[in-house]
Amino acid sequence: MGILDRLFKGFRSLFRKKQLSIGIYGPPNAGKTTLANRITRDWTGKPMGKTSEIPHETRRAKERKEVIIKAAGSRINFNIIDTPGIATKIDFHNFVEEFGMEEEKARERAKQATEGVIEAIKWLDNVDGVLLVMDSAMDPFNQVNVTLIGNLEARKLPTIIVANKFDLKEASPATIKEAFPQHPTIPISALKGYGMDNLYKAMVKYFR
Amino acid sequence: MEIRKKIVKERGEEGGGISIDLISTERLEELGEGKIRFILDQVKKGKVLVLEKGLNATEELELIRVTMTEIDQDSFIGVETPGFTGNMSRRTFFQRLLRRSPPPRMMVVGPAHLLKTIKKDGRTIEALILTKEELSSDELPSGLGEEGAIIDGQEEE
Repeated sequence: MGILDRLFKGFRSLFRKKQLSIGIYGPPNAGKTTLANRITRDWTGKPMGKTSEIPHETRRAKERKEVIIKAAGSRINFNIIDTPGIATKIDFHNFVEEFGMEEEKARERAKQATEGVIEAIKWLDNVDGVLLVMDSAMDPFNQVNVTLIGNLEARKLPTIIVANKFDLKEASPATIKEAFPQHPTIPISALKGYGMDNLYKAMVKYFR
Repeated sequence: MEIRKKIVKERGEEGGGISIDLISTERLEELGEGKIRFILDQVKKGKVLVLEKGLNATEELELIRVTMTEIDQDSFIGVETPGFTGNMSRRTFFQRLLRRSPPPRMMVVGPAHLLKTIKKDGRTIEALILTKEELSSDELPSGLGEEGAIIDGQEEE
């Protein structure tokens, strides 16, 4: 963390908000909603949304208020926002050919997905920090990750990179850390709950 | 597949190839705020653009946002934007202090149904552009063809 950031953070803490809005961002199928569900189940007892192996399952942003996380001796009240996956292209043929969806439904899903991307981008104006979810088994240099990281830095939004699915055989959280060394990277499995304690500690440390 | 056929039909035999435009930094700077509009208009015509100096992160997100508003499942499914991102670990002292990303470098922007990034890391990009033959082939599965033109870009040491 840079010197200016520390000074800024210290100054900001004088006027700390009662609730911090944290956006969960990333490309489709990185595990954003699985993570949102894990967090809200752990601290409120209820999940946030439906998950699916078909990309763009989350096509509207969802917000859960009053998620109070206690870790490392701190207690912070978060609003958790689960956003639709950001993509540069959306082709209904993928839903038909790879997942056997009917064409009409696939077209509707694609249309809603484009609207979801726009909504996710808009939400960036209203969050205080971001959990950027990456699939540890995928190339971290994809254009969505790189574009998001650059934007979050330009907006000076505190960011934690969540290296999800780190339990998969082909996963390499170290590659993510090496690609974006300027941000804390926390390896987790949102599905199995591995590494969540580390993530909660990082959230209260970097977002307060 | 349908989009590819449509482009070939619109351009005719002669225009069935893929146009690659190399855009200088000066040209992009001249465009100012019209940069995104220019890029998207060219890409929607089926052109692949090689930008001497890529877009910054704010401009890229704006390109994604505007692209989403213009996606039409029968004619334009989005953009493919392989580009060099700079090596974060090689940032200058001031870039580290201010938590800035390295400045943008060369970038390729093209229609997602024609341009496919095959491999990309911080130093090398391998992208494939589908050719006229592939565009008009009924046998070609969606995604990659076998004999597309391959663009290789490598970061200078």
